[in-house]
Amino acid sequence: MSTVTPLATESDLVASKPSAAAVAKKRLTSPWASLTAIVIAVLWTIPTFGLLVSSFRPESKIKRTGWWTFFADPQVTLDNYRSVFGANGGVNMADFFVNSLVICIPSVLIPLSLASLGAYAFAWIDFRFKNFLFIAIFALQIVPLQITLIPVLEIFVKIHITGTFWTLWLAHSTFALPLAIYLLHNFMREVPAGLIEAARVDGAGHVSIFFKVMLPLLTPALAAFGIFQFLWVWNDLLVALVFAGGGNEVAPITLALANLNGTRGTAWHLLSAGAFVSIAVPVVVFLLLQRYFVRGLLAGSVKG
Amino acid sequence: MFGQPTSPRFRAVLAGSVSAGLIFGMAACGGSKGSDGTSGGSSASSIDCAPYTKFGDLKGKTVTIYTGIVTPEDTPHINSYKPFEQCTGVTVKYDGDKSFETQILVRAKAGNPPDLAIVPQPGLLKQLVATGKAVAAPAETEANVDKFWSKDWKAYGTVDGKFYAAPLGASVKSLVWYSPSDFKDGNYQIPTTLDELKALSDKMVADKKKPWCAGINSGDATGWPVTDWMEDWMLRLYGPETYDKWVNHQIPFNGPESTAALDAVGAYLKNPAYVNGGLGDVKSIASTTFQDAGLPILDGTCMMHRQASFYAANWPKDKKVAQDGDVFAFYLPGKDASTKPVLGGGEFVLSFADRPEVKAFQTFLSSDTWANLKAKQGSGWVSANKGLDQNNLTSPIDKLAASILADPKAQFRFDGSDQMPAAVGSDSFWKQATAWITGQDTKTTVDNIEKSWPK
Amino acid sequence: MFHTASTTPEKLVQMVAALLLFAAVMGVILFVAGRLGGKKHEKWVGYLYLLPVVLMLTIGLVYPGLRTIYESFFDAAGKAFVGVDNYKTIFTDDDQLVVLRNTVFWVVLTPFLATGIGLLYAILVDKSRFESFAKALIFLPMSISFVAASVIWKFMYEYRPDQANVKQIGLINQIIVWLGGKPIQLLIESPLNTFLLIIVMIWIQAGFAMTVLSAAIKAIPDDIVEAARLDGVNAWTMFKNITVPSVRPTIVVVLTTIGIGTLKVFDVVRTMTGGNFKTSVVANEFYSQTFRADNQGLGAALAVLLFILVIPVVAYNIRQVRQSEAR
Repeated sequence: MSTVTPLATESDLVASKPSAAAVAKKRLTSPWASLTAIVIAVLWTIPTFGLLVSSFRPESKIKRTGWWTFFADPQVTLDNYRSVFGANGGVNMADFFVNSLVICIPSVLIPLSLASLGAYAFAWIDFRFKNFLFIAIFALQIVPLQITLIPVLEIFVKIHITGTFWTLWLAHSTFALPLAIYLLHNFMREVPAGLIEAARVDGAGHVSIFFKVMLPLLTPALAAFGIFQFLWVWNDLLVALVFAGGGNEVAPITLALANLNGTRGTAWHLLSAGAFVSIAVPVVVFLLLQRYFVRGLLAGSVKG
Repeated sequence: MFGQPTSPRFRAVLAGSVSAGLIFGMAACGGSKGSDGTSGGSSASSIDCAPYTKFGDLKGKTVTIYTGIVTPEDTPHINSYKPFEQCTGVTVKYDGDKSFETQILVRAKAGNPPDLAIVPQPGLLKQLVATGKAVAAPAETEANVDKFWSKDWKAYGTVDGKFYAAPLGASVKSLVWYSPSDFKDGNYQIPTTLDELKALSDKMVADKKKPWCAGINSGDATGWPVTDWMEDWMLRLYGPETYDKWVNHQIPFNGPESTAALDAVGAYLKNPAYVNGGLGDVKSIASTTFQDAGLPILDGTCMMHRQASFYAANWPKDKKVAQDGDVFAFYLPGKDASTKPVLGGGEFVLSFADRPEVKAFQTFLSSDTWANLKAKQGSGWVSANKGLDQNNLTSPIDKLAASILADPKAQFRFDGSDQMPAAVGSDSFWKQATAWITGQDTKTTVDNIEKSWPK
Repeated sequence: MFHTASTTPEKLVQMVAALLLFAAVMGVILFVAGRLGGKKHEKWVGYLYLLPVVLMLTIGLVYPGLRTIYESFFDAAGKAFVGVDNYKTIFTDDDQLVVLRNTVFWVVLTPFLATGIGLLYAILVDKSRFESFAKALIFLPMSISFVAASVIWKFMYEYRPDQANVKQIGLINQIIVWLGGKPIQLLIESPLNTFLLIIVMIWIQAGFAMTVLSAAIKAIPDDIVEAARLDGVNAWTMFKNITVPSVRPTIVVVLTTIGIGTLKVFDVVRTMTGGNFKTSVVANEFYSQTFRADNQGLGAALAVLLFILVIPVVAYNIRQVRQSEAR
């Protein structure tokens, strides 16, 4: 009772500060809370898991029995995957895979660069009509891309680029701009004005401020948006349907999968393997880059 | 990153990227004439090349052909072009796309059509001609069509008095698939009139069997098999002239004839005693894909499946499709044994370019030479081309279809929904038919379709 | 460079060429901007930076948008002026009314449920041991294309008739059968089918909500939380009075983004039911009318309707942006 307790150190105090979520969680972290989280996670994963299992089962088994029976009677085959890569009169997904890649990369890099420039202009340069332009660009998000299809296609025809990747690159880049500018603008505003001022005092013009001050700080945000855009373009169907029309040379993998679903709607064995091939890249991209992703979003939310 | 914008380093990088870009661009440009198909060399061909010499020297030219025929049915087509390529040195680029029907309209309207398109619907043909981008068929092709096809067929490829598109392949839709052995076991006779068909169905019900199986699910196109049923019955109950009036909207879609025809179909498709053999209840017709719908015949849980000749491709490879095999088809009878109405489909080759190589290829496709080449490729294909030697057809079902088409008594009519405007034939007819199967009454169905007919 | 490439190496070369060309264009812009020194010319730098953006947006979004509004007042072929007939059709035709009803269901249910589940999950797994893994599981559907997702859920919803020798191959119907019921043709029964399709969308979007909200939750200043904890609040009160208000702006962003996205999506409906069985939504109907029924006027009117439906959502978003600017 009369022992002298040492004063709590600074580090102790800091270490014991929980976040709102942690506190909420502490109460919720009764077994019920963990159970709820696990239930949700399981529910979310089952459908995809079912597809994965199905893609390795023989065709006759898929058509007559549910994938859960796999565990009672495992019969594994790689035939489905072989078929979607060209064997057995299936489809050759490899070509479409390359197309998707070729479509995606510029469709990510181009809007990112253009939007960065534009967002920078809005964030740190003063010019007339700035507010009007910003609201206008932001409001363009409401334009559903459906309405742009025919008019833009006609323009593409006039300049003779249909049937090439250019239609897709230009279309995807244009559609991404409003949201990209909005998001990047938010992040850019977070950069402390002091840094900009200091650079100005040093005699830097807008271009070097952009490259030396902005870009390094902005990397998480760029990564975040880049990933989103990559996923969006990789998974797009409508733009491909309309602008890649007229050839398998430019058709991406979603189009191939949709065709597979249409013509061979009952070819479940092909569908399952095909679907898995089409989601392989986005899933890997996400898993590898999710840190940047979260960091990027985090960077925009931290205020002071 | 790049240093000051006007610094030498920056300028160097700028110059570097511009030049690299140009070099890459030129590299990408050179030497890349896409060559799908054969090399078009002048090796000896298996066919007579004389008809194509009048189009001039075509060596090295390319013709693009765009179609909805995709894997695996595209391979026989591509192979059948090779002799022509060898004769003329032309390279044919085959482009199969599942979304052909929507894409071709978009491409035509936007000014980016292929050289040739294989159009499976006269209605779509009319729309394409209306875009102003299609060109009339060359005289040589028209001569072939006059020689090898009936007037009915030529009429389907004609728009506003001008002849545009030669027929290509055909399919017979007035067929009923069945199992010969099951019929023998149950002592069932092939019916020769509609009344006999009904009686046969009733007999099967009495024998505790489900006589019919059907499925109309087909993704975007769900509902199309019902349109075939209705067209078959329209033809049979009211005859070819009324059928034509119906298709051309000279009588309303919700008139007494259509209503009666749809109800007659309903006596089969919406009759719980008759359907859906091996698949469920009446509504399961809507959820069963058309590809799966006939398969219960193999199990014996279904006796008859009304479907076109191209259904042959859906039977498992190990099943024999022949009179003495596991499954075969009989002609869907007319109202009485003396009439032989035949509902069928087919494709037409429409051109958007009038270059000589395109004209040459069009002529080739409309010749009997091509028809026989294609038939020899096998895999279930038929044409109404009179020059087709039926002995070249490899499968019994193709021979059956060809003999029906060639029968002088046959009154051939093209699939109705394929002739109607797209808003009906590719949209409301399908959708309303689907709603009809899942419970909508006949009157609402025909009224809705009539309402959707473009003014 | 501007023609169709056919072989893989060609395609890759084309891509690199395009990127280099673009880099060159950017280089030119930056070069010129650099030359414009001083405060006086600052606004020109701004205009220059925005030039490519404004150009692309005007050609790619503004012009088509205006043209579509114009076309919505014309007939199917785009030739005869019909005034507001197309709009009348949308609001009086029975089938179109069902389409509207469905769209409302989609736009109301998807954002709220996806955000709710995302928020709940984000809180539950925050700072837990397997946080990364747990979040990846929920986000996975987001990286899948709508078409692939539809294929996955087709497997889930598949129906097989209730007969002796036939087994169910769809999980939902199998569960129904295990529980003693009869299999249901899930995608045919309306309005159940619409809700089942909405579930697919929620399955996809919850990951997005979770990720964004998780970042926002982590950003809540610790002092506020600590103060509340010292006051002894329970979890529910903490959630209601601290967590939610702190992330409210983010919740709004998530709700509106998902809402806008839901309005535009048509792939799920098109792939799973083709829009049949009373499941169609405005975006799907637009595609049908424009590309299948060849009715340009009605298609355009539907697109304009999409426009109008999105406006309140975006306006709300803009208001939030303005408010946060004022902070």
